[in-house]
Amino acid sequence: MRHSLVRPVLVSAVLFMAVTGVAYPLASTAIAAVLFPHQAAGSLVRQDGVVKGSAVLGQDFRAARYFHPRPSATSDQPYNAAASGASNLGPTSAKLRDAVRERAAAFRKENGLAGNAPVPVDAVTASGSGLDPDISLANAHAQAARVAAVRHLSLDAVNTLVDRQAKGRQLALLGEPRVNVLALNLALDAAR
Amino acid sequence: MSIDIAQFVLLLLLMAGLVVVAGRWLTLVLTTRGHWLPERIGYRLLGIDPDAGMDWKAYGLALVLSNAAMMLLGYLMLRMQSWLPFDALHRASQTPDLAFNTAASFITNTNWQSYSGESSLSNVSQMAVITFLMTVSAASGMAGCAAFIRGLAQREARDVGNYWADLSRVTWRLLLPICLVLSLVYVWQGIPQTLASAVDATTLEGATQHIVTGPVASMEAIKHIGTNGGGFFGANAAHPFENPTPLTNLLHMLAMFLIPSALTYAFGRMLSRRAQGWAFLAAFLVMFVGFLAVEYPAERAGNPMFASLSVDQAPGALQPGGNMEGKEMRFGIAQTSAFVAVTTAATTGSVNAMHDSLTPVGGLVPLFLMMLNNVFGGVGVGFINLVSFAILTVFLVGMMIGRTPEFLGKKIEAREMKLVMLAVLAHPFCILGFTALAALWPGAASSLGNTGPHGFSELIYAYTSGTANNGSAFGGLNANTPFYNTTIGLAMLLGRYFTLLPMLAVAGSLAVKRTVPESPGTLPTATPLFTVLLIFVIVVVGGLTFLPSLALGPIVERLAMSAGQFF
Repeated sequence: MRHSLVRPVLVSAVLFMAVTGVAYPLASTAIAAVLFPHQAAGSLVRQDGVVKGSAVLGQDFRAARYFHPRPSATSDQPYNAAASGASNLGPTSAKLRDAVRERAAAFRKENGLAGNAPVPVDAVTASGSGLDPDISLANAHAQAARVAAVRHLSLDAVNTLVDRQAKGRQLALLGEPRVNVLALNLALDAAR
Repeated sequence: MSIDIAQFVLLLLLMAGLVVVAGRWLTLVLTTRGHWLPERIGYRLLGIDPDAGMDWKAYGLALVLSNAAMMLLGYLMLRMQSWLPFDALHRASQTPDLAFNTAASFITNTNWQSYSGESSLSNVSQMAVITFLMTVSAASGMAGCAAFIRGLAQREARDVGNYWADLSRVTWRLLLPICLVLSLVYVWQGIPQTLASAVDATTLEGATQHIVTGPVASMEAIKHIGTNGGGFFGANAAHPFENPTPLTNLLHMLAMFLIPSALTYAFGRMLSRRAQGWAFLAAFLVMFVGFLAVEYPAERAGNPMFASLSVDQAPGALQPGGNMEGKEMRFGIAQTSAFVAVTTAATTGSVNAMHDSLTPVGGLVPLFLMMLNNVFGGVGVGFINLVSFAILTVFLVGMMIGRTPEFLGKKIEAREMKLVMLAVLAHPFCILGFTALAALWPGAASSLGNTGPHGFSELIYAYTSGTANNGSAFGGLNANTPFYNTTIGLAMLLGRYFTLLPMLAVAGSLAVKRTVPESPGTLPTATPLFTVLLIFVIVVVGGLTFLPSLALGPIVERLAMSAGQFF
C-alpha cells in the first residue's frame, strides 16, 4: 500500500507543475500576445517611441503645471512601480493623523485655498497600491485653478478638459467616476 | 448610495445565476466515469488505476502525501531561485524559513505572503511555483470535498472515489478551462501577461519609473477561481496591474464565489437532496449579506479624525468619500467593502484595499468572517466546514428536543461527534494559542506596524488568516521573521489538515452505515427553520469563542476612535 504510493506521489508533483505551472501560463501568454498585445505588455504609453508610463499605473507629478496624483506610500520614493504598497496605518494611528494634517495643509497652500477649506479625502490619503492612477473629480477641480494660472489658460478651459477626460462608472454602474492623472496631464500638454 | 446598493444586488444576482450553471458542470466533473486523453496519459505516467475505489484512509493518505511532495518541490524551487534562468532582475533565493512559509502557504490554499512579490519572486517562480501550487491546492480541496460528499452519499460501503482521478479531472475539466478564458478577459481589461520582467518608463517630468511586469493574468485567474489570494505584487489586487478596472474587480468577486457556491448545488444533486443544497446556500447568503451590511456603512462613514481636520469625506457626485486611506479611487467604498466581505468569506485573501487601514468595525468584519470560516469558505473546505456545523446543529437540537441526531439519513453517534468537535476546536485552538504565544514571545511585538489595540488586531488577524487558510493580512505586521514565518506556517498546515482529515474520517464513518428511514422523530434539515438554527449555532459558537479577543482589538479601538484617542 505505502510502497505503491511512491511513484504517483512523486510523478504527480512534477507532472502537475509542468501542466499548471508551465504549460498553462505559457499558453495564456501566447494567446494574449496575439489577441491583446498592447494590454499584455502592460498598456504602455509611448511618445515618439519613448515609453512614458503605463495607462493603468499612476506616476508621480510634482510640478505646479501638472495635476498631482494621490499621496503614495511606496518605499524609497512615491509611485515606485517596483515596490507597490500602502501606509498600512490604522484609523487611530497618530502617524496617520499627522500625515493627513500635513498633506491637507500642503494641498491648501499649493492650490491657494483658505486655511480651513475642505480638502477632498482622496487628496490626503495614500492609496492601497501606492500606484493609484486616478483622482476624484472633486480633487481635480480643486487643482484646476493652480494649473490654469501656471499655464496661462482660463479656468473654464482647464475644467472643461478635466470633464472631457473624466471616466464615468464602467457599464454605467461599476466603480466610481474618476480622472486618470497621466491621461489628463498628457491632454494638457497636447492642448498647449 | 442607491448606485452602491445596485452594485451589491448585481453581484448577488450574477453569483446566484452562476450557481446552477457551475453546479451542473461541477456535478458532471465529479460523477463522470470517462477519461480524457491528457488524463489517461497522466494516469499512465503515475502508474495508477483511476477506476479503483479508495476508502477514506487511502484517499486521505494520497492527498496528504501528494500535497507534501508538491510543497517540497515548491520549497526547493524557491530555495534555488537565484540559480534558475530567465530573471532579468536577478532576484535572490528565499531564506529557509521564508521558503517554508511560502510553500506551506500556497499548498494549503492560504496564500499568506511574508514576501513582496515584485521584489522577491522571479517570473519562473511566479509560474512554476506559485501558479502551480495555487492550482493543485484548489484541486486538492475540491477532491477532498468530493470524497466527503461521496462518503455522505454512500451506503454500507467504503469507497469514496479515487484521489488521482479527482485531482486530474478537477484540474483538466474545471480549473484550467475556466482560468484560460478568464485570464484572457483579464488581459483585455489591462492585466499584463508577458514573460518580460520589467520595463523602464521616462515620466512626463523626466524621472525614471521601473515598471515590474510578468505573467500576471494567468495567476490572477487561478488566484480567484481557486480562492487562493496570493498577489503577484505586494499590493495584491489593489495594484492596478492585478485589478485595473471596476469590471475586473467584479469578475474577481464572482470568480471567488463561483466554486464555493456551486458546490452546494453539486452536493444537492449528488445526494439527490436538492433542497438540502439550497438550504446550505441560503445559510451562506444570509450570513454574507449580514456582514456586508455592517462593512459598507462603517467604511462609508469614514474616520472622525478626517472631519476634525476639515477633510471632506462626504460621498457625493464628485467623489466617493468615506475612509479612503489604503483604498483605490476606481473602486471607491462600495466595490471595496464588497471585496473585503467576499475575500474573507470565500477565504481567498486577495485584497483590493489595505485591511490594516479599514475602520475598526470595517476591520472586525473580515476578522470575524475568517474566525467563522464557513460563510462560503475556500474551494471545497468551506463546504466541509459548513457540514461540520450542520452536524453539530443536528446534535445540539437533537439534545434539546429529545430526537435522535440523524443527518442525511445516517445516525450521528459518538465517533462522528468526537471527530466533528476535533475539527471545530482545532480552529480556535490554533488561532488563540498562537496569538497568545506571539503576544508573549520576546521581540515578536517589534514586528507590529501599529501600536495600541490596533497592534493586537494585527497579531490576531495574522493567525486567524493563517489558520482559516485565508491569507489576507493587516499588512503593517512585518511577518518576515523566523518566529512569524514558522508559527504562521504551522498554523496554516494545522488549520488545513486538522479540519480536512477529521471530516474525511466522518464521511468515511458515515459511508459504512446503513441508511435509516425517516421517521416522525427525524429532524428535517432542509427547511428554513434548520437554516436559521444552523446560522444561530455558527454565530453563537464563533461569537463565544472569539468575542473576548475581539474586545481587545477592534472593539476597544472603535471606542477609542469615538473618544478621539490616538496611538
